[in-house]
Amino acid sequence: MSAESAISVRGLTKVFGANTVVDSVDMEVPTGAIYGFLGPNGSGKTTTIRMMCGLLTPDGGEGRTLGHDIRTEARAIKENVGYMTQKFSLYGDLTIRENLDFMARMYGLKNRKAVVADTLCALGLEGRGNQLAGTLSGGWKQRLALAACMQHKPLLLLLDEPTAGVDPKARRDFWDEIHRLSRQGVTVLVSTHYMDEAVQCDYIAYIAYGKKLIDGPAREIPARVGLTTWRVDGPELIALEDALRADPRVEQVARFGAQLHVSSIDAAALDAVVCEWTQKDGTHTWVKKDAELEEAFIYLMTTSADNFGQTGAAAQ
Amino acid sequence: MSLFSLSRFAAVLFKEFVQMRRDHLTFGMMIGIPILQLVIFGFAINADPHNLPTLVEMADESPVARAVLSGMETSDYFDFVGVVTGAEAGDAALREGTANFVVVIPPDFERDIIRGLSPEILISADASDPTAVGAAMGALNGILDTAIRQTLTGPLAAVAARPAPFSVVLHKQFNPEGETAVNIVPGLLAVILAMTMVLITAVAIVRETERGTMETLIATPVRPLEVMLGKILPYVFVGYVQTAVFLVAAQLMFDVPFTGSGLAFFVGFNVYIVVNLALGFLISTLVHTQMQAMQASFMLILPTILLSGFMFPFAGMPGWAQTIGTAIPATHFLRIVRKVMLKGGGMADITGDLRAIVLIGLVITAISLLRYRQTLD
Ligand SMILES: Nc1ncnc2c1ncn2[C@@H]1O[C@H](COP(=O)(O)OP(=O)(O)OP(=O)(O)O)[C@@H](O)[C@H]1O
Ligand SMILES: [Mg+2]
Repeated sequence: MSAESAISVRGLTKVFGANTVVDSVDMEVPTGAIYGFLGPNGSGKTTTIRMMCGLLTPDGGEGRTLGHDIRTEARAIKENVGYMTQKFSLYGDLTIRENLDFMARMYGLKNRKAVVADTLCALGLEGRGNQLAGTLSGGWKQRLALAACMQHKPLLLLLDEPTAGVDPKARRDFWDEIHRLSRQGVTVLVSTHYMDEAVQCDYIAYIAYGKKLIDGPAREIPARVGLTTWRVDGPELIALEDALRADPRVEQVARFGAQLHVSSIDAAALDAVVCEWTQKDGTHTWVKKDAELEEAFIYLMTTSADNFGQTGAAAQ
Repeated sequence: MSLFSLSRFAAVLFKEFVQMRRDHLTFGMMIGIPILQLVIFGFAINADPHNLPTLVEMADESPVARAVLSGMETSDYFDFVGVVTGAEAGDAALREGTANFVVVIPPDFERDIIRGLSPEILISADASDPTAVGAAMGALNGILDTAIRQTLTGPLAAVAARPAPFSVVLHKQFNPEGETAVNIVPGLLAVILAMTMVLITAVAIVRETERGTMETLIATPVRPLEVMLGKILPYVFVGYVQTAVFLVAAQLMFDVPFTGSGLAFFVGFNVYIVVNLALGFLISTLVHTQMQAMQASFMLILPTILLSGFMFPFAGMPGWAQTIGTAIPATHFLRIVRKVMLKGGGMADITGDLRAIVLIGLVITAISLLRYRQTLD
């Protein structure tokens, strides 16, 4: 591998009918990084990933994945990419072992039997190799699909919501595995809706309506969004929450356990709000806190609203 | 990166075999359809065809002889397409299927009638298609009677009035008992294979798109040819089983003979199966759901039944229908099966039709490989 980015795309665009589903997206995924891909439902994540591995032909833009042109060298890309689809797309009428064996053959793996046995073992499914994949529970299907796309030791993993429906323990194991792979130099692009997963990424891109709103190293994202946040402790938070929501100077009120996080882009306006409240009721404690990824994304998500409604309206 | 990977081909092949084994519908189709169709078509179908190609050997050019021929022609059952000399040439035409009848007018036909010697008109018929022969022969006596009466007038009217001024000897070839089933049954093999082979592959591939497994499949480095071969070969096996079931059932139910070369049959049906599977593959590249795949397959089955010579004698169809029919693989396979099973044909007899099927197959394969998408667009 050269030192260049694992994925590098410019102006990537995809149009379905009248909808521009992915709109001039630039993206740079450094080799060996864990790159989080976030965005509301229907924002174009899956479509973007498909274009990156040559499964969809872009209507505009260009790019290279693992150094190969995404338009003309799809096959070379596919040899070294492990792609896990969002929807389970292994064969439900084949057994777990048969599915793994199929994938092993597809990539021409040596010692196929041993590789498949290892995968089954790592999954903890040694005893269930002969169960039909279609009869697995949703979470187990995800884990099988993930194992299947990693069997050929790809240089790049494209994971489309790999942990949707997976229990917390399995999710933690999954992320441990991702970090381990990353240390070995494997690049991982992972789309997710979970914030606790986003914070584990080295880089993050956020996409809405097919447009990339922000991208960069994960720790820089909150600062770039530029949100000022105050943490509020105290009694009767519900009443306070309602009051704050009604205040136009407060852009975001989010509940975190027994606390409220009150945020705005306009730091001065928010200071004024905090000042008013501390004066007229002393029961709550207000502490200014460092902006975190989580608030930043809630902010991005609420301001970009629901993509589906927007494109639906545009189509009419 | 190899152009063709045995490993990937094997992956698709084994997967497909396992899926087929677990799909009860495939097994039902494999065993059920041949038997069901045999019963329906073998016992029920009949027809009254016209304009059947006929050759004449005229050893007598007298007015009476000509009247007999023109009477046959105006009846619409016979269509005189040429003249032959010698039994050899006539037999060859019957075997080839270029003619259904050869009519031989003996020498001195008119003179012998007038002398009251009751000469014999010999009609050789390709009875492997008994519906064609039966109806025409049934009408023949009336046709000839009229012709004679109209020609032998005046002083000769008395000759015409004599019982049996001449006689007709019918020589049925290939299926002397004139059993309809004997003809229908081999043709049915062509139709059954066309129906199931096309449908089964089309559905097997579209199913991948419908279930979403196509995305995993094409996200691997697999090549179209590997997918196509891997998907097609397991169903060749289905074709074998179907043919075996069919032949046994045909033997048990209708006692259909098998007189020709086993090799010729084997070669012919292998090529035919593969072409139909390729056709199924082509359909799968044109439709999106299993339902559409089914509808498309059934649409194709209609011309196969109607224009291949299965329902109506091919030679009796109008030109445009024959042109369409020639492009249908079943037309050629039907001829191969009839030649081999009923007429004792061998490799030499089937080369023409074999070549036609191969050609159709190559065209279909080329189009489907061009149409097969390696992306989800
Ligand atoms: N094949 C297609 N034909 C037409 N429209 C499509 C097609 N695939 C996707 N779309 C549309 O493109 C938009 C983006 O879809 P995409 O699946 O990329 O979103 P996503 O970000 O992955 O969403 P989610 O988080 O729900 O998975 C959606 O509005 C979807 O309806
Ligand atoms: Mg998606």
